[in-house]
Amino acid sequence: MSEPILKIDNLRTSFRIKDDYYPAVDGVSLTVNKNELLAIVGESGCGKSALAFSIMNLHSRAKIEGNINFKGQNIVNLPTSKLNKLRGKDMGMIFQDPLTALNPLMIIGEQIGEILLIHGTNSAEKRKERVLELLNKVGIPRPEHVFNQFPHELSGGMRQRVVIAMAIANNPELLIADEPTTALDVTIQSQILDLIKELKEESGAGVILITHDLGVVAEMADRVAVMYAGQIVEIADVYTLFENPLHPYTRSLLNSVPTANEEQSTLHVIQGVVPALQNLPREGCRFGARIPWIADSAHEKNPQLHEVSPGHFVRCTCYKDFHFPDRDKEGNRHVVS
Amino acid sequence: MWKFSIRRIMIMIPQVILLSIIVFMLAKMMPGDALTGLIDPNVDPNTIAEKREELGLNDPWYEQYTRWVAGVFTGDLGQSFHFKMPVSELVWQRIVNSFWLSLLTLVLTYLIAIPLGITSGRYNDSWADRLITGYTYIGFAAPLFIFALVMLWIFGFHLGWFPTGGSVKPGLTPGTFEYVMSKLYHMLLPALSMALITTVSTVQYLRSEIIDTKQKDFILTARAKGASESRVYNRHILRNSLLPIAAFFGYEITGLIGGSIFIENIFGYPGMGQLFLNSILLRDYSVVTSLVLLFGILTILGTLLSDIILSLVDPRIRIK
Repeated sequence: MSEPILKIDNLRTSFRIKDDYYPAVDGVSLTVNKNELLAIVGESGCGKSALAFSIMNLHSRAKIEGNINFKGQNIVNLPTSKLNKLRGKDMGMIFQDPLTALNPLMIIGEQIGEILLIHGTNSAEKRKERVLELLNKVGIPRPEHVFNQFPHELSGGMRQRVVIAMAIANNPELLIADEPTTALDVTIQSQILDLIKELKEESGAGVILITHDLGVVAEMADRVAVMYAGQIVEIADVYTLFENPLHPYTRSLLNSVPTANEEQSTLHVIQGVVPALQNLPREGCRFGARIPWIADSAHEKNPQLHEVSPGHFVRCTCYKDFHFPDRDKEGNRHVVS
Repeated sequence: MWKFSIRRIMIMIPQVILLSIIVFMLAKMMPGDALTGLIDPNVDPNTIAEKREELGLNDPWYEQYTRWVAGVFTGDLGQSFHFKMPVSELVWQRIVNSFWLSLLTLVLTYLIAIPLGITSGRYNDSWADRLITGYTYIGFAAPLFIFALVMLWIFGFHLGWFPTGGSVKPGLTPGTFEYVMSKLYHMLLPALSMALITTVSTVQYLRSEIIDTKQKDFILTARAKGASESRVYNRHILRNSLLPIAAFFGYEITGLIGGSIFIENIFGYPGMGQLFLNSILLRDYSVVTSLVLLFGILTILGTLLSDIILSLVDPRIRIK
């Protein structure tokens, strides 16, 4: 558990809006260990995907600063030619929408085969053999038949399996899954998640799972990082986080999940939305604006991550004084018990 | 796909019949006929009336139409009143000329459009892109007949690099190497003039397709695979961007035979476009009706061809 394969240090990814750069990922530090599944949660626009894309440098126009240590080198702003040796070989990516993630004019076999070809499997026979093996592994029936099919001939779930087959083709040490089940219907979701978990156990790769589905987190993750407005606000192992969530944002998120034995008729809603990138407050507690009933004095001027117990970090001191508004008498409710 | 093509060809039959009736009626509705104007005014009006009767020009339109259609089916498109030769023979000569000129134009069009479109799309908003889009705006704005005249004046008259009319140097035997080279030499300036103007829409088309495809999700997938920039462009972006252009190719091919009215008239090139315009001016109806019918059929065939090409290059469109 303790052998880190990816170490992110103070990462800042900024996008240009008009003439200025605004950081969407603002000072994130993380480690991912071997055979560990780290979930990154947060609502839309909080910088989860921006973080994932930064690791593989897939942003077309972004300024990336900081350190990402992978396989003994800093891969931030590595020249593309060197990065291409890592992308698809040592790190694989599973995309959000399998319906658009595949080239519509290439047969499945060729698309998966391409990643093998790029990373040195020159013999066409060997490639085909491996592709069929991969298709089998990700649970696609009749691999021989699917090999010659075009993406539009497959269902969404099958296409996501193809995307996964592609990501794991070269046995990567790091797998990044960017909301891999968002575009799929619920029955397929759990199959895909099981598959990812299974592949992780089998290969011992580190996995970063980006999601906004807390149910998925509870089921899959070893460790969880909660992101808000480009920063990590709380990070802990999955049991601690669900048993003892501290940051107001984490507690609000958990409280927003409906449960089956719901007695109260209204669901907790976090007020407001994540502010747009250019309107984001750059100092003070970024979540403060959405919990206006908490006194300003509870927040730190320059919120830092505090280690409250080993491996459990919380940003800002406002968690100490946080309570839900009065109408929410039950306080926080746990998703898993 | 065969079933589809045959069905489409079957649908063509009523279309062509309707087209032929309209073409024939419109031609008849034009004022005057081949015996007006060009005949010696001293000829006895009775003789002309007799001649009209003899040629069947006084018969009701449906009788004339059936006679014409029967002729078309047997390959007899009638006689050209002006050229005093069978229309089919006349049209054939001109088709060959127009075909070679248009083919050269088409080749030049794509030779210009593909590299420019790719450069412009790949490096959009760079100075090269601005230069190329600047050229396309000029191309869109400049009327073909003005541009062709300017080209003719500069390269034909002023510099004298190219011949200013005709399709071949007189006195050469057909089939010899010199004859072919002379044909090519005569075609070069008209073809280039036309290509430089017509290519701009293809350049713009390709540019916007590439910019569009660049942002598709599967391009990210390709990058995440570790594909090099050239691989991403050649294998993923380019092929997807060429689809609409391939589809348009069907229409272009039928354009090969249609010729160009402007270019052929300006450069005095004996092709279909020139024949068409002259026949209208000379009231040479048998030629006009044959040509309009031919162009109509070609347009219908062009759409069919486009559908077939698109189904061949895009696996998502498979015609059953």
